[in-house]
Amino acid sequence: MIRRFGTLFIASILASSASPARAGEVHVAVAANFTAPMQRIAADFEQATGHHALLTFGATGKFYAQIKNGAPFDVLLAADDKTPAKLERENATVPGSRFTYAIGKLVLWSAKPDGVDAQGEVLKRGAFKHLAIAAPKLAPYGAAAVETLEKLGLSSAIEPKFVQGENIAQTYQFVATGNAELGFIALSQVYADSKIKSGSAWIVPDDLHRPIRQDAVLLAKAKDNPAAVALIGYLKSTAAKTVIKSFGYSQ
Amino acid sequence: MDSLFTAADLSAIWLTVKLATVVTMILLLLGTPIAWWLARTRSAWKGPVGALVALPIVLPPTVLGFYLLVTLGPNGPIGQLTQALGLGVLPFTFAGLVVGSVIYSLPFVVQPLQNAFEAIGERPLEVAATLRASPLDAFFSVVLPLAKPGFLTATILGFAHTVGEFGVVLMIGGNIPEKTRVVSVQIYDHVEALEYTQAHWLSAGMVLFAFLVLLALYSLNPGRRRA
Repeated sequence: MIRRFGTLFIASILASSASPARAGEVHVAVAANFTAPMQRIAADFEQATGHHALLTFGATGKFYAQIKNGAPFDVLLAADDKTPAKLERENATVPGSRFTYAIGKLVLWSAKPDGVDAQGEVLKRGAFKHLAIAAPKLAPYGAAAVETLEKLGLSSAIEPKFVQGENIAQTYQFVATGNAELGFIALSQVYADSKIKSGSAWIVPDDLHRPIRQDAVLLAKAKDNPAAVALIGYLKSTAAKTVIKSFGYSQ
Repeated sequence: MDSLFTAADLSAIWLTVKLATVVTMILLLLGTPIAWWLARTRSAWKGPVGALVALPIVLPPTVLGFYLLVTLGPNGPIGQLTQALGLGVLPFTFAGLVVGSVIYSLPFVVQPLQNAFEAIGERPLEVAATLRASPLDAFFSVVLPLAKPGFLTATILGFAHTVGEFGVVLMIGGNIPEKTRVVSVQIYDHVEALEYTQAHWLSAGMVLFAFLVLLALYSLNPGRRRA
């Protein structure tokens, strides 16, 4: 009995792997901050083209290491512009495919409705124990947070209160669970349909830090993958741009 | 040539040793009575308690880390309790890492001890009782010496497993230098920041450490005694 089930199981696995490839498949490495918009864009993309998009979310530095070591990604949507440029210099991309798909916005956010005021004065008062940021060495949003505090002249006062998330998703988690009273995260994480979804926030003005340019690139192994090429094209379409904007990115 | 380890690396190494030492001591104090009870009891609770203790072996560290973050946090039940006691909240503190690591490494201490206690059996205790030793006296002068290999295994595994911890620390630690940034997290940061040379030195150190620990374990406990 068990053996028969086993045979059946193995046969079904073999059958599924032997079936002809679907219309096309593109494996995308997506920066954690772009998770929500990319899920929507991928669904629209699949509907519009019939191609299938597999999304992996994570930290850009980790994706770099994985891509250099043979990870099966076709497209990288990075959280910065440095990593795609570095891959390009190292001939790991399709030349000329790099472009800025979004410019990120930094936000100071608290899960509580009165945790952050609209001018960010809460930073000066300093009446909090923990401020969550993404590790500035690793994450562009973390670096932008540090720049902002430096510009405000508050870095030495606030630095001892830093708790660091490994990426922007973990930083959000620290704040969302209330373990950190407030934190600098990506606007896209708490923004949908052009408004803040919950809690309270101060959208950091652009002149307090360098722009967070997020670049996309077609990876070398995908140069003959029509689904990957189609996705890059779709990201530049008006439909995709509208979605990207509605999550609080500029372009 | 640059020094092999940066100041941040050394501080992470020291913090890791400190964490593993504190956790191992707590685990021996906490694990011994649990293991003793599990080894001797005929209670119907033996199964459920044994399963509960063994959970961290099976669960992904992310599950533990996530639940610890939520329950120890200011809105969680344990977080509310620690705040009411004036202890504040545990995530992002050394004490928080200790609590997380104790839970995470508990089975690695309890199970060797339980096996050792079970191997001793009833007989030596009965003999001790006929010699009018009190149960406590019998435990310290009969059970402890007989269970020494079990304690050795438990200590080494508890320490080593805490050193090797990553997922839980990552989720409740907050990566704070000198407080919660242990070696495994430091290695992860080096790799993410593409600082591969430093990652290599620390990683190679961990491989060597793990090998020596296991070598010690297998050399000190050659073969199993047949009870």
